[in-house]
Amino acid sequence: MADGIKIEIVSPEQLVLSETVKSVTVPGTEGYFTVMGDHAPTMTTLKPGFVTVDGDGGERWYYVRGGFAEVSSGTLTVLAEQAKTGNDFERSEIEAEITKAQEALSAAQSLEDKDAAQYLLDGWSNLMMEAQHFDIGAAH
Amino acid sequence: MPSLKELKNRISSVKSTQKITRAMQMVAAAKLRRAEEAAAAGRPYAERMNEVLTGLGAAYQGRADAPKLLGGTGSDDTHLVVVATADRGLCGGFNSSIAKLARDHIRDLKKTGKTVKILCVGKKGYDILRRLYKADIVEMISLRDVKTLRYSNAQEIGEKVLAMFEAGEFDVATLFYSKFKSVISQVPTAQQLIPAQFDADDADGDTLEYDYEPDEEAILRDLLPRNVSVQIYSALLENGAGEMGAKMTAMDNATRNAGDMIDKLTLSYNRQRQAQITKELIEIISGAEAL
Repeated sequence: MADGIKIEIVSPEQLVLSETVKSVTVPGTEGYFTVMGDHAPTMTTLKPGFVTVDGDGGERWYYVRGGFAEVSSGTLTVLAEQAKTGNDFERSEIEAEITKAQEALSAAQSLEDKDAAQYLLDGWSNLMMEAQHFDIGAAH
Repeated sequence: MPSLKELKNRISSVKSTQKITRAMQMVAAAKLRRAEEAAAAGRPYAERMNEVLTGLGAAYQGRADAPKLLGGTGSDDTHLVVVATADRGLCGGFNSSIAKLARDHIRDLKKTGKTVKILCVGKKGYDILRRLYKADIVEMISLRDVKTLRYSNAQEIGEKVLAMFEAGEFDVATLFYSKFKSVISQVPTAQQLIPAQFDADDADGDTLEYDYEPDEEAILRDLLPRNVSVQIYSALLENGAGEMGAKMTAMDNATRNAGDMIDKLTLSYNRQRQAQITKELIEIISGAEAL
């Protein structure tokens, strides 16, 4: 098996991320899926959600919106109209999204909906943690 | 022959003009660097998008059930011409060369009896085209207040174009902008937006068998509208870099011309001063001799 997967997150404005990591989880239109090395060539559109990158430095979360992901020969390319880290958000924005996600979670009926809502909630909470971490860093 | 005082005034006015053009040149140089970086940062996205669409689109080319954005509406009676220029002048022939290309295109279309609609992005192109085709201009979008061009700016324009297309207001859309080749060379370019066209030479890249999720057609339908905005965005980025490059060159020339003019004026100023001194000396000497 290949050592890992090369991930590239590209937004129209910049190359957000490019490195080789263990695994990446991508919010495909038909559900989240995880890509590791030697994944079959795949192409899928994205729904708004989180790309989770599991690399050396632990897990990192990127919020992506609108676009598609392509896996081919050990490289995963995520082309998203928006690709942001916790740093790019205002705190109030994240708080608003967390509330929204909590509402969606409590309103969810099917197991699938619950899963999706839970995932979004996790994502936003993670971004919040990252953002706070940077806040503290900036204060010193 | 202008008097000494007049010459002095002219020299100082040309000097202050030179100061301004030099400052503008330096501002343009700084902005050019940023614009170039932005254009370079935007390139990977546009390239990947084009690659994927070329692969997907090739299968649909010429098929009757192809999405309208790819296959067209079946006629080409009404053309939308999107002219992207700068909002400010003082950049040499940058704006007028884009407008000229668009004008030729419009004239050819009109000759063959097509209806033309014009969408101007940027004030300068609008100013030029207004004189000839005022009735055909549907809208002018100015990005004057936009400090840094974001993708959302292009998206707005893209959505406007798509809305017009959905409403059946045109059949073919062509985008006019300037490709940034280097600081001294920008090439006015016409690019067909709708129906989408792809570089054929990119088509034979990877022949990998992909798993498509949901399926090829759905992906294509999702991506084609996005592609319009992406193309507009990269055109605007190229324009931004080109405008600054052209401005830099134009202002460099202006600064140099002002320098030449100052040299010339200073020369004639000195000559005249010398002539006056000689004249005065002659007057004094001849006056002394007369005594």
